[in-house]
Amino acid sequence: MRNSKLTTLEEAIRRSGLRDGMTISFHHHFRGGDKVVNLVVDCLSRMGFKDLHLAASSLSDVHKPLIEHIKNGVISRISTSGLRGELADAISRGLMEQPVVFRSHGGRGSAIASGELKIDVAFLGASSSDELGNACGYSRSDCAKSICGSLGYALPDARYAAHVVVITDDLVAYPNMPMSISAADVESVVVVDSVGDSSKISAGAIRDSKNPRDILLAKQAAKVVINSGYFEDGFSIQTGTGGASLAVVKYIREQMLQQGIKASFALGGITAHMVKLHEEGLIGRLVDVQSFDKVAAESLKNDPTHQEVSAVEYASGQHLGSATHALDIVILSALEVDVDFNVNVLVGSDGIIRGAIGGHQDTAADSALSIIVCPLLRGRIPCVVPKVTTLITPGKSVDVVVTEYGIAVNPARPEIAERLQAAGLRVVDIKSLAEKASSIIGTPEPLPFGDKVVGIVMNRDGSVLDKIYNIQ
Amino acid sequence: MELKEAVAGTLESGDMLVRIGPGEGLQVELQSSVEAQFGRRIRAVIRETLEGLGVENATVRVVDKGALDCTIRARVTAAAVRASGKDVWKD
Repeated sequence: MRNSKLTTLEEAIRRSGLRDGMTISFHHHFRGGDKVVNLVVDCLSRMGFKDLHLAASSLSDVHKPLIEHIKNGVISRISTSGLRGELADAISRGLMEQPVVFRSHGGRGSAIASGELKIDVAFLGASSSDELGNACGYSRSDCAKSICGSLGYALPDARYAAHVVVITDDLVAYPNMPMSISAADVESVVVVDSVGDSSKISAGAIRDSKNPRDILLAKQAAKVVINSGYFEDGFSIQTGTGGASLAVVKYIREQMLQQGIKASFALGGITAHMVKLHEEGLIGRLVDVQSFDKVAAESLKNDPTHQEVSAVEYASGQHLGSATHALDIVILSALEVDVDFNVNVLVGSDGIIRGAIGGHQDTAADSALSIIVCPLLRGRIPCVVPKVTTLITPGKSVDVVVTEYGIAVNPARPEIAERLQAAGLRVVDIKSLAEKASSIIGTPEPLPFGDKVVGIVMNRDGSVLDKIYNIQ
Repeated sequence: MELKEAVAGTLESGDMLVRIGPGEGLQVELQSSVEAQFGRRIRAVIRETLEGLGVENATVRVVDKGALDCTIRARVTAAAVRASGKDVWKD
């Protein structure tokens, strides 16, 4: 067609004007199945680029090959929401000279919108695109190879990056509408064999638990939701990715049916559980920044009341219109919670980075009620501690902590504690949970942290919350 | 006390796998998912348990997945009983 933007990856890179030291960006909607980051960085390495800043919405186990590109000097800086696997391990031990900058999804969106995080070239994987760059996280053609659903984390990049390269494995006839990424924002379109393995979208952080303790925690958390004062017709809800926080939905559903209560919308990472409630008429709209499994991705494609939103529309702290500001209840998991209700979801108790901020900071801060669900212990590792290893979500945004040994309510929310007590739930002082944990496991020895800063945790307003030191 | 090779425990989270066999003095080899925070404590509990059972010469190889002290004692005791044939609960 006339004005076709179709080209090869190398030519697209040449046309973009990318130079050493610039910032490139990626989304992580294919999660553990992503192929775009490794493909593009391999190509940049072959072309001789050095000293690049890789700004991804998140990185996972599959991005292990970046270790070599960091050693070779192709990548010298990283910004991301999270890190997992061998890459996380190597960085925790001091692989990089410059610390990784961690932002929440809403924080990343607003940093891109404000220009604080300036992207020179965005490489955005898409499951379909036409020759002009109208692109989606799904394809309506018979040749569809992949599906990731929402492209919410890629939309700020598409809109604000100086140069946008869409990478697709299904080139479709113009016009590819409705589209997520508009051709108006796209400079080049590149066709590859595969942008991602859709079967691995729900791998990684997301587990559907059969663990009896997770089920107990989920039932307790559901009781908290139901008796919190926010469980009324028209409420809105979001759940995180932990086994227990996902399972809560099942138990809330039973009460919704019994009491004739319907939710106005579910937000954030959308799962098959949420889709089921939506299709049953229990949730009016699905507001989807990231499809957490294939069922959710298909629903986004086929159901006009399942709506894609950008990271900015989802959770920016700087934009009052973002959806988190309308959110009533959020259920989140945690690696650690401390006696001041501060939460860590990023650094393991062994000092190694093993998670992602995700929307934790954003949803906890903006929602009317934030509930953290975590066991008291994981093996010998305590989850309720005197002080978190790394501060991710400040305690002032956290309202309730649910453990199998009792429910702690932030003293700033006495009315919630009263309602839960009135419902017969076991409300305890959070300090007693930390003491209980330490009476079972003993006192851990301090972690052997070094003095090199390997990570900087940003708050969603752009301030620095905490620093992560190398582990020896 | 004569020891044969014996095993107790599993590699499940919260458990440990203990392998015990003949040796000179008490040789404890530990691989633990919580080495940094609890390695010293776990070694001490393994040694105390064996000494309490009168085991003075043994090679013990342990893979720990975050077991609590009570679990460590139970697994080490079970391994020692299997290796020595001396049932500490009965005798």
